[in-house]
Amino acid sequence: MELDPDDIFKDDEDDPDSEFYQQRESSKEFVVYLVDASPKMFSSTCPSEDGKEETHFHIAISCIAQSLKTQIINRSYDEVAICFFNTREKKNLQDLNGAFVFNVAEREYLDRPTARLIKDFDCIEESFTKDIGSQYGIVSGSRENSLYNALWIAQALLRKGSAKTADKRILLFTNEDDPFGSIKGVAKADMTRTTLQRAKDAQDLGISIELLPLSQPDEEFNVSLFYSDLIGLEGDELAQFMPSAGQKLQDMKDQLRKRMFTKRIVRRITLSIANGLSIELNTYALIRPTLPGAITWLDSVSNRPLKTERSFICADTGALMQEPAKRYQPYKNDNIMLSVEELSEIKRVSTGHLHLLGFKPLSCLKDYHNLRPSTFIFPSDKEVIGSTCIFIALLRSMVNLKRFAVAFYGSSSRPQLVALVAQDEIISAGGQVEPPGMHMIYLPYSDDVRHVEEIHSDTNAGAPRATDEQIKKAAALIKRIDLKDFSVFQFANPGLQRHYAVLQALALDEDDMPEINDETLPDEEGMARPGVVKAVEEFKLSVYGENYDEESDMGSGKASDASKKRKTAAENAAKESANYNWPDLADNGQLKDLTVTELRYYLTAHNLPVTGKKEVLISRILTHLGK
Amino acid sequence: MARNKEGLVLLLDVGPTMYSVLPEIKKVCSMLIQKKLIYGKFDEVGVVVFGTQETDNELTKEVGGYEHVVVLRNIKVVDGDLVDAFQELPRGNFDGDYLDAIVVGMDMLIKKYQATNKGKKRLCLITNALCPIKDSCEGTKEDQVNTIAAQMSAHGMKMESVIVRGRLCGGGDQRIMAENDRLLNLFSEKTSARAVYVESPTALLGAVKTRNISPVTIFRGDLELGSKMKIKVWVYKKTSEEKFPTLKKYSDKAPPTDRFATHEVKVDYEYKSVEDPNKVVPPEQRIKGYRYGPQVVPISSAEWDAVKFKPEKSVKLLGFTDASNIMRHYYMKDVNVFIPEPGNARAALAVSALARAMKEMNKVAILRCVWRQGQGSVVVGVLTPNISEKDSTPDSFYFNVLPFAEDVREFQFPSFSSFPASWQPNEQQQEAADNLVKMLDLAPSAKQEALLPDFTPNPVLERFYRHLELKSKHPDAAVPPLDETLKTITEADPDLLSEKKNVMDAFYKSFELKENPRLKKSSKRLLEKKPSGSDEDYQDTTNALVVKPVKVEKIGDSSPVQDFEAMMSCRDSPDWVSKAIQDMKNKIYSLVENSYDGDNHGKAMECLLALRKGCILEQEPKQFNDFLHHLFNVRQEKKFRNFCESLIPKGLTLISKSEAIDSEVTDDEARNFLVKKELKFE
Repeated sequence: MELDPDDIFKDDEDDPDSEFYQQRESSKEFVVYLVDASPKMFSSTCPSEDGKEETHFHIAISCIAQSLKTQIINRSYDEVAICFFNTREKKNLQDLNGAFVFNVAEREYLDRPTARLIKDFDCIEESFTKDIGSQYGIVSGSRENSLYNALWIAQALLRKGSAKTADKRILLFTNEDDPFGSIKGVAKADMTRTTLQRAKDAQDLGISIELLPLSQPDEEFNVSLFYSDLIGLEGDELAQFMPSAGQKLQDMKDQLRKRMFTKRIVRRITLSIANGLSIELNTYALIRPTLPGAITWLDSVSNRPLKTERSFICADTGALMQEPAKRYQPYKNDNIMLSVEELSEIKRVSTGHLHLLGFKPLSCLKDYHNLRPSTFIFPSDKEVIGSTCIFIALLRSMVNLKRFAVAFYGSSSRPQLVALVAQDEIISAGGQVEPPGMHMIYLPYSDDVRHVEEIHSDTNAGAPRATDEQIKKAAALIKRIDLKDFSVFQFANPGLQRHYAVLQALALDEDDMPEINDETLPDEEGMARPGVVKAVEEFKLSVYGENYDEESDMGSGKASDASKKRKTAAENAAKESANYNWPDLADNGQLKDLTVTELRYYLTAHNLPVTGKKEVLISRILTHLGK
Repeated sequence: MARNKEGLVLLLDVGPTMYSVLPEIKKVCSMLIQKKLIYGKFDEVGVVVFGTQETDNELTKEVGGYEHVVVLRNIKVVDGDLVDAFQELPRGNFDGDYLDAIVVGMDMLIKKYQATNKGKKRLCLITNALCPIKDSCEGTKEDQVNTIAAQMSAHGMKMESVIVRGRLCGGGDQRIMAENDRLLNLFSEKTSARAVYVESPTALLGAVKTRNISPVTIFRGDLELGSKMKIKVWVYKKTSEEKFPTLKKYSDKAPPTDRFATHEVKVDYEYKSVEDPNKVVPPEQRIKGYRYGPQVVPISSAEWDAVKFKPEKSVKLLGFTDASNIMRHYYMKDVNVFIPEPGNARAALAVSALARAMKEMNKVAILRCVWRQGQGSVVVGVLTPNISEKDSTPDSFYFNVLPFAEDVREFQFPSFSSFPASWQPNEQQQEAADNLVKMLDLAPSAKQEALLPDFTPNPVLERFYRHLELKSKHPDAAVPPLDETLKTITEADPDLLSEKKNVMDAFYKSFELKENPRLKKSSKRLLEKKPSGSDEDYQDTTNALVVKPVKVEKIGDSSPVQDFEAMMSCRDSPDWVSKAIQDMKNKIYSLVENSYDGDNHGKAMECLLALRKGCILEQEPKQFNDFLHHLFNVRQEKKFRNFCESLIPKGLTLISKSEAIDSEVTDDEARNFLVKKELKFE
């Protein structure tokens, strides 16, 4: 993957996939994080892997910090607010007690996340006691209700924008399952009632409230005491709400992280099983490459954004014209004209839905049958009742019989064959690992597959094949370097991390460039273990034999010739280049008197690119000389 | 360009047993030439047919023999006539001898190019290999093949044989077929030739490579297993999407009399300051700004180069893991292939040993790759073994890119077990599904796997090139329908469906689908029978909504009632009505809430009246009624109480049945609603 933001500016027609990779931002998301800051959040802890204890408050804060960082990369148009409740100090528009909205300069309470917000939020724990303070907000004898206040503040913040265009959510982090436990009698009933009413009002306005409970190993969070009414859980949902108690810290973090996402449907499609039997499906993009955000051109003098204007000019007459409606393809000494409508008609070989063609055993799906990231499909009964039932039945049969479905997906950009691979649900202590559903894998056409293995076939001798002994040595090596707990997406993308770390530093005017940790490097320490080294040595001896010198054993044929040629050319250039007094020539403006070949001596000798027109070469030499 | 030109000779069997597939052969050959006319204008093609009554080739004149082989066209640069030539492919009435044809083809290539053009000379044979080849006076048939193959290798020729079998050619003599298969496979072993078997017309269309690309390595260097051991490998692309051709923009400005007009359109970009649209900023004065949240951070390229991530070019092993750890759906991109460095026997051995051990143990390797120096990113991916089935081809690996943590969205989906019982298939339904999955089989053991990606042509491109050809003759030609043979790619094979009719019927009977009655009419679109393509239209309109500058998209502050009415009358999408209603509700709500001493009440009242009228017109009484109930319910806040009280004298009440048929409120209830509320206020 090449991280080139210039790609964003490519013409859409050049890249029919652009729509496929870009997430549809049909709606924004407004989120208010309500974080309980009562002393209980600080006193309850959860043991982490390395034996240290982490407070619930810390867990909540780090989850939010993590989510903010993801958000500024992926969905920076979404808006967030962070509000603590059960605090000593108060800061909010309504001036309510026991609630503190955290914010930084140049930002409204509910606004897009900024570099400053992320930075300051990262060190909030240090200043928390001093600036905000923790204090129980609901105590007997007082009419204060900090939870009610917090919900009110959140609701008021989320009044922004319409519920149609924005997805509004309140995420509530707490470890107190019975917030009014300390109150008795009528006061308790009253407070419970008003708080629930507050929550209901918010929900009526299209705001969803989600609870992210933190529980301790010995004391499970009892959602039915109060919160089930607040978030509107019933029956079965209630039983499912808490998957497991006494989890490990990592599991708890995983669960919180997953809950913080909202699902976005890419498209609603149907799967037609023939003869008019069609079921309804939703597609989701679970895996898509995350690229550095689009670039914006700025005026380097004022740093103000620039608008790109495209104009079409007729090459024959030089006249300015509107975007032309006709395209042409040179063919047989002639230009064949095609209208845009014709082109889309050609691409429309099927309706924009899935057509089931049949089933094959999973072994028929080869490793090279792949072109793009897969798309996840999940059934829906919203419009066609019975879809889910058929989908589940097919999925179970496919899993049991180890078969996949072949279907034709008539999307408008690239209609193609797809494989539908059934996936059973996989659940671990950290929650759902693989959701149940089918994965749509885009299959290549015959002309998309290349038979490159065969181009270097040696027809005279036959290709070398390993002996059983060599295979055995390889097997021993494989056993030694085994990644037991490997999970597919355990690595952060170092290029992307670096990109955003640099941006954050520059956005905050910091001088030090942060170092990021490249997680993708091999485990040198592990590789240096005597057992591993021995296995490698044995395998090497077995396939390469003794006294093997890798450098000298270059492949025969063109490749080495070419590289030799390149090497001699470089040496020659270095020699030739030494004959000129470059700084002198440059100072006297005589570089333009040299030939391109002569200029290239300098460039080759200094490992610079040799491409471009003469002026480009000269300016490159000047830059290199520091003139 | 010219140095990459390819010399190709097509060897087509037109004997009597081939009649049924000749239409497909015409199509695929035309397509091959058409693509060359665009991408390989300098390529040269010759055509030889065999199995004809006549004989016309140079060898027969020179040395005799080689009967029933006709050189339809000598090797020449591709042109439009060649495409037409396939339309009148002769039908022969003799059994063709493919070996004779191969020799004639070779002779043509040798005479034309001699020793030049090595590696760019290709023979493409299409036959059913049902007829025996003639015995030779010198040695056995195997010896003949060996000699020919040696000649091919010596001249750097390649051969592709497409052998049509199965239901396409009817029965044949098993013994002869076996002999021919053996002989053709001998070619594959002895020289760079490929033989593929096809059993369906669709596969025949896909079996001939119509796209000619010289493969380029993306990496040459070491696969590092730790610091101590390195294996020399070359990495190529294994799959790569063949794109729809990029067409040029056409300018009609040139006068029709200008015969030398290029009709090209140049696209010019200008950068203007947002504040002052008249100020043009020269390109070199631009600087890239990277978004970080709401901020845009300006960084010059030089600055960026200094700080950006710069990994070293390398391919390093991270370790091995169980194949089951890597789910198939995590493969991210097109696929690469790692082959041992050509000519390096030790590298081939090392790859072979690892690949075979991985295969046996069901393991895969995880790699970290930086293909080029200066590349700003790394990829992590999975290496899977590819054990070669051909003796002359070395073992290799496939490489698939895996996602990083940032690339995965961990959405949570409900478990199927949590769904209501009515959504769960019962035993009988499950059995029907089992049968369907088993019987609607595309890879039955007796037959060739249908729709194998390697043999499936791209129907869109086929249609495009055919249309192009049509238009070159008749500029007004309409887009042709999808080729009948290619229908089996886009729709289920009717033969297969009728063959498995009872299984299909049982499946239909077991399940019931119905529309959701609770949905509004406007959104019921999935089950509606529409002519094909209408779904695309639907999408087009929704897209149009986004780009088209619609006058009223939300209800503003100045004239909410007019805005609302404008939105309600938007007829291009049903969504507008619900959006308008929702926005109006929000508007009223905020008007009341933000009013000071009832100053906004008048306006809110107007809005409420407009909403009521709109809801009656659009038959959405429930929307209004629910909202009114809601207003009265939230009147615990003082502002709302005042507003609600002011409604009573106006007689503004629920929408009743007589006003909108869908309403659940009778006239009496509507009248009483206010009365009841009035009582409560007191």
